[in-house]
Amino acid sequence: MEGTHLNVGFLWLIPFFPLIGALVNGTVGWLLQERVGKWLNGVIANVAVWASFVTAAAGFLMLVGQEPERRMLIDHVYSWISVGGFEVAVSFTMDPLSAVMTLVVTGVGGLIHIYSVGYIAHDRSVWRYFSYLNLFSFAMLVLVLSSNLLLMFVGWEGVGLCSYLLIGFWFGDVEKAKAGMKAFVVNRIGDFGFLAGIMFLLWGMAGGWFSSGYQASESVLSFDFTTMAHTVQGLAGKQVLGISLATVICVSLFVGATGKSAQIPLYVWLPDAMAGPTPVSALIHAATMVTAGVYMIARLNYLYIMSPVAMSIVAGTGALTALFAATIGFTQRDIKKVLAYSTVSQLGFMFIGVGVGAFTAGIFHLMTHAFFKACLFLGSGSVIHAMSGEQDIFKMGGLRKKIPITFWTFLVATLAIAGFPPFAAFFSKDEILWKAFDTANPVIPWWPFAVWTLGAIAALGTAFYMFRLVYITFFGECRADEETRHHIHESPRTMTFALIVLALLSTVGGWIGIPHLFHLPNLFEHWLEPVFEHSAAQLQSRGAGAATEWGLMAFSVLLAFAGWLAAKQIYGGGRLDKAQAIVARIQGLYRWSYHKYFVDEFYHAVVVEPFLALTRALFWIDQHIVDRLVNLAGWVTTAFSNFDGAIDKYVVDGAVNIVGDTLIGAGRYLKKIQTGRLQDYLYVMVAGVLLVILLSRLLAGSA
Amino acid sequence: MTVQSVLSVAAILFSLGLYCVLTRKNAVSVLMGVELILNAANLNFVAFSSFTGTIGAPEVAGRVFAVMIIVLAAAEAAVALAIILAIFRRMGTVEVDNLNELRE
Repeated sequence: MEGTHLNVGFLWLIPFFPLIGALVNGTVGWLLQERVGKWLNGVIANVAVWASFVTAAAGFLMLVGQEPERRMLIDHVYSWISVGGFEVAVSFTMDPLSAVMTLVVTGVGGLIHIYSVGYIAHDRSVWRYFSYLNLFSFAMLVLVLSSNLLLMFVGWEGVGLCSYLLIGFWFGDVEKAKAGMKAFVVNRIGDFGFLAGIMFLLWGMAGGWFSSGYQASESVLSFDFTTMAHTVQGLAGKQVLGISLATVICVSLFVGATGKSAQIPLYVWLPDAMAGPTPVSALIHAATMVTAGVYMIARLNYLYIMSPVAMSIVAGTGALTALFAATIGFTQRDIKKVLAYSTVSQLGFMFIGVGVGAFTAGIFHLMTHAFFKACLFLGSGSVIHAMSGEQDIFKMGGLRKKIPITFWTFLVATLAIAGFPPFAAFFSKDEILWKAFDTANPVIPWWPFAVWTLGAIAALGTAFYMFRLVYITFFGECRADEETRHHIHESPRTMTFALIVLALLSTVGGWIGIPHLFHLPNLFEHWLEPVFEHSAAQLQSRGAGAATEWGLMAFSVLLAFAGWLAAKQIYGGGRLDKAQAIVARIQGLYRWSYHKYFVDEFYHAVVVEPFLALTRALFWIDQHIVDRLVNLAGWVTTAFSNFDGAIDKYVVDGAVNIVGDTLIGAGRYLKKIQTGRLQDYLYVMVAGVLLVILLSRLLAGSA
Repeated sequence: MTVQSVLSVAAILFSLGLYCVLTRKNAVSVLMGVELILNAANLNFVAFSSFTGTIGAPEVAGRVFAVMIIVLAAAEAAVALAIILAIFRRMGTVEVDNLNELRE
């Protein structure tokens, strides 16, 4: 491995800056807020995260300066666990993949920090907000920069914690606190899968079952991503209960990814997570944390490529989620809920990408999604800000003229997510769908077509629900009450600045990954090539050819236009009457979509209620059986101690009393000797002396 | 004059003293009995001193003891009489039979 990477000493600074920011704001932030002012908390947080960005950019430039095969910076901080042949270090790696993630996290995260300064200015505990936000940046950077799976898991848990803290930021509201708990618990289920995957992986690499029993391997065990790229080959052929071990590991890890990245069946927490402050929704629940699952699969591409079954499951789940969430997005009335389901849907696209082996396309979509979805969320925050906290789009309308910057940036991001050329998602989503269509599936031959079909319908749906949102929110007459309408105003500069930058990135961000068809250099794919080339080489094209690719691309654009036209037809000019007429005709379907297919209710009935019933049953057992047993034990102890006490009282104490009484009785008689008369004593003394003399005489005589 | 005759006198003296100590009721009489016992012991010392050692170089230790005891007896008499005086002042009697405060 020597000569393939550079050892550097500064990567640890990238997560370190936000950690310091979090500590400063967390410990003395309240004091600064009171004594100096809220702006200082914001400045501290911003300085921390932008310092990270600059460091990351320096690392990125170093990478660019290297030969493609040597593009890897490693910063070994210290050895964390060293048990026998098992080595885990706290070390950070920046290769092309983690460089992309780091820049997205610090860059988009930095813009959201700037935006937050304006957004959170009216809150009571600004210091707490920025402390959490920086802590999140720290955990996320540990996640993406970690050199090994265990350290990644530390970051993985860290972002989960911060997500919980920030969703429940306004914990005075019980609903919001509950949403935080829901996110935490659902993520915990996923994390169980992740942890199980790690353990399976360790177990698989540490040895194997032979005819003589389990044999530990002799070699040094390592969770290092670069080392594992070679050592996972040892998993080939191993099985657990007749299933390939690689599949078991990949599926377990994917369960973790469905929790963190909100896929079926664990997506339910993400829409509820919108209870948090809007910039948090943009940063954690759209741009960065929820993409951790995609990143993890891309990071472990060499492992997933070993299990076509697991890949098929990932792609299938992604496609299903993409469509499922899009259809829920059709009917939601809360602006943030629409965007939340849109996020779930877009994450589905990313999983299609990594699931069909198009890791580059998946990561590319991850990046462009970070731009346009952050822009959309921040835009929605700006809208909510303007509407004095109103989130129901049916009570908005006609905002186009009143908050122009928000409108235009929102529109650009909408065009981007809908897949209109030349905006960002056109390139990334198209690449995913094309790869989904073209990559052969060795397990189920018709799988690519099914995935592609679901994805394409989801893309159509994306365009529809996004334009529905735009039309209802920004066009037509304002449906707000007089009071709110009077207050509508454009957001402060810090907020619009972030919006403009993100809108710009949503526009040009896709240009670095232009498909081969245009005969322009695909910088992004070229950049990630060193990470994925080995895995990519194992995939086979179905040989659909350039003509088909052109055709599909045109079809994608057609879908985007179709979605837009459908939305314009129904909601054009911000009208709701047509929509209501349609809804009246498909009342049943509408209700299913509006109530999110009753999945929450289903989980409540199938998982939560039985669980509560179980706890009640256990409580009953506790009260009636365990407590009785405890009481019985107590009663037995009491009885025994009573018995013991009686022995003490009557036998031991009795003996002691007898001795005492005897002595007292003896004293009563003996005291009479003490007459107090001097001459009685003298008599006794003389008698004694005489006795001694007599005795000594006698003894002398006998001797 | 033999040593036996002197020792006999001393023994008689000691017995009289002891009898006096054991039987007299008056504390001053008891004290006088004690003096008799001391002098009996003195007589013994002097007798042994005279009859041991050579002529012209008698054994001196016995006489030293005798002198010592006379001094001690004087001191003892002084302290004892003072105590008896204190007792009389407090109790109004020097009858030893009545002085049984230490009883029970």
